[in-house]
Amino acid sequence: MARVIVDVMLKPEILDPQGEAIASASARLGFPAITSVRQGKRFEVEIDGPASETVLTEVREMAQTLLANPVIEDFELRVE
Amino acid sequence: MTARVGVVTFPGSLDDRDAARALRIAGATPVPLWHGDADLRGVDAVVLPGGFSYGDYLRCGAIARFAPIMAEILPPAAAGRLPVLGICNGFQILCESALLPGALTRNSSLHFVCRDQRLRIESTDTAWTGDYRVGDEPLIPLKSGEGGYVADAATLAELTANGRVVARYAGANPNGSADAIAGITNEHGNVVGLMPHPEHAVEELTGPSTDGLPFFTSIMSRLVGTPA
Repeated sequence: MARVIVDVMLKPEILDPQGEAIASASARLGFPAITSVRQGKRFEVEIDGPASETVLTEVREMAQTLLANPVIEDFELRVE
Repeated sequence: MTARVGVVTFPGSLDDRDAARALRIAGATPVPLWHGDADLRGVDAVVLPGGFSYGDYLRCGAIARFAPIMAEILPPAAAGRLPVLGICNGFQILCESALLPGALTRNSSLHFVCRDQRLRIESTDTAWTGDYRVGDEPLIPLKSGEGGYVADAATLAELTANGRVVARYAGANPNGSADAIAGITNEHGNVVGLMPHPEHAVEELTGPSTDGLPFFTSIMSRLVGTPA
């Protein structure tokens, strides 16, 4: 059994008001080095058997279809 | 002569009853449709109501898009044959389905907005807005946390150039929507997505106005040829 991590992030040009709120809270809390925060999602996908190219293609298709909305989001895959 | 208009109930839909009531007031026969049934029950048009389908899990509308009823709605809607009105969560479902371009994102203020909102009708050349006049400014409740419309610059230009912006927010932009867009239509004018809730503005007793009613009389006019 393997685990595939899918990270989904809003595209850079899409406003992320949640990330902005976190950044301004972190400034209030006294972390002056932090200038910007973008919030995304991490999915841990368990698969049956090894992470073969066929399985990864399947996960990639699932990410493209369901986990991310390609209109506003980018995603990245990695095997853990 | 009446028209049968389906109203889909997903798990977490809130405004299916109000949408059915608005359709009835407009003279149509509302037909309840269930998300899990791959059956349109012979309806002439469909309303995807507001609410929080599947708890807004993943993204608003992302899971509802794959419901069995949607597999029946998508092909005829995309081909221009089946009129579909998506209100609020319904608009989000239409964008997730790619029946409409762009996406709805978190309000720029991060606050859930609940107010009576004045709109400006920009296009009457759709199945759902024929009973308005361009420039009408209906007062209609807006209640959403993820109502910020986004699309790339080319899409926004195309929507404006081809009269596919159905309504804009009048006055201050309540949620950061690009070009103050409150509603758009597809290339055929049969599919309309709208963030505010016209079904909550059809009766003096409960709404801020009855300005939302023309959305529902428009589909009657389109389907049976005469105003209700």
